[in-house]
Amino acid sequence: MTLVRVTTRYTLTQMNRSEPLDIKVNVREAKGDSSVVDLSGEIDVYTSPKLKDAIGNLIDRGVYNLVINLEKVRYIDSTGLGVLIGGLKRVREHGGSVNLVCTNPQIKKIFDITGLVMIFGIFDNEDAALRALV
Amino acid sequence: MNAPAHRAAEDVVELRIPAKAEWVSIARLAVSAVASRLQFSIEEIEDVKLAVAEALVHAIARGGDRIDVICESVPDGLRIRVRNFGLPTPEPVNEPTADEAAAGNLGIFLIRALMDSVEHEPRGAGEADLVMFKRSPS
Repeated sequence: MTLVRVTTRYTLTQMNRSEPLDIKVNVREAKGDSSVVDLSGEIDVYTSPKLKDAIGNLIDRGVYNLVINLEKVRYIDSTGLGVLIGGLKRVREHGGSVNLVCTNPQIKKIFDITGLVMIFGIFDNEDAALRALV
Repeated sequence: MNAPAHRAAEDVVELRIPAKAEWVSIARLAVSAVASRLQFSIEEIEDVKLAVAEALVHAIARGGDRIDVICESVPDGLRIRVRNFGLPTPEPVNEPTADEAAAGNLGIFLIRALMDSVEHEPRGAGEADLVMFKRSPS
């Protein structure tokens, strides 16, 4: 009975109108020449172009050290992963790097099973992610 | 692995969506609700949700104007059939960029990692359904 109650609440939460199925992107300057990209919502085939534009704009402006904060991201699919990989490739061409902040176990699991934990620096908090930028 | 491909379904939930990116989230929600109804755990629901979304992304890339998502509650689990009405060719309509190609490979990889079985089931004219199976919680 407990399991039924929990999963039902989960479904209702996911359908709550107060949580639009969209993504919000906020860019902040951080110390040095780095920037923090705060993301919230869902990163999927529909919303990932918005993220791609935001990361692309930063790189075009010469920002090559990024922390992308996924703490408020509820969902990411392969198109979102593709955008992150594409951003990482671009900044590495300029000697930069991308670190991620991620505490959501389901999202961490996706990075684990795809092997992307070996590609990205993944941290539990923003300070650690910023400190680890090369 | 051992998908019960020919076992009669008990309950069936069908969803037809336009083959457009903006409708994928609706399919995710619907499939999540079905899996929740069948008492899968939260983690398993997330697995099913992502696997179906990846299948839809793959189907959208093949073109066509609509996609059917058919969820079948079978005795030992949940079988989900993703049927698109795109081009018979298995190749994407347009040449993918490097990022898209990487994402496409990741998508298929994720489906295989998250579900208990996945297979293409031919249905003639060079077309095939992507059929996934998730075993019921023990």
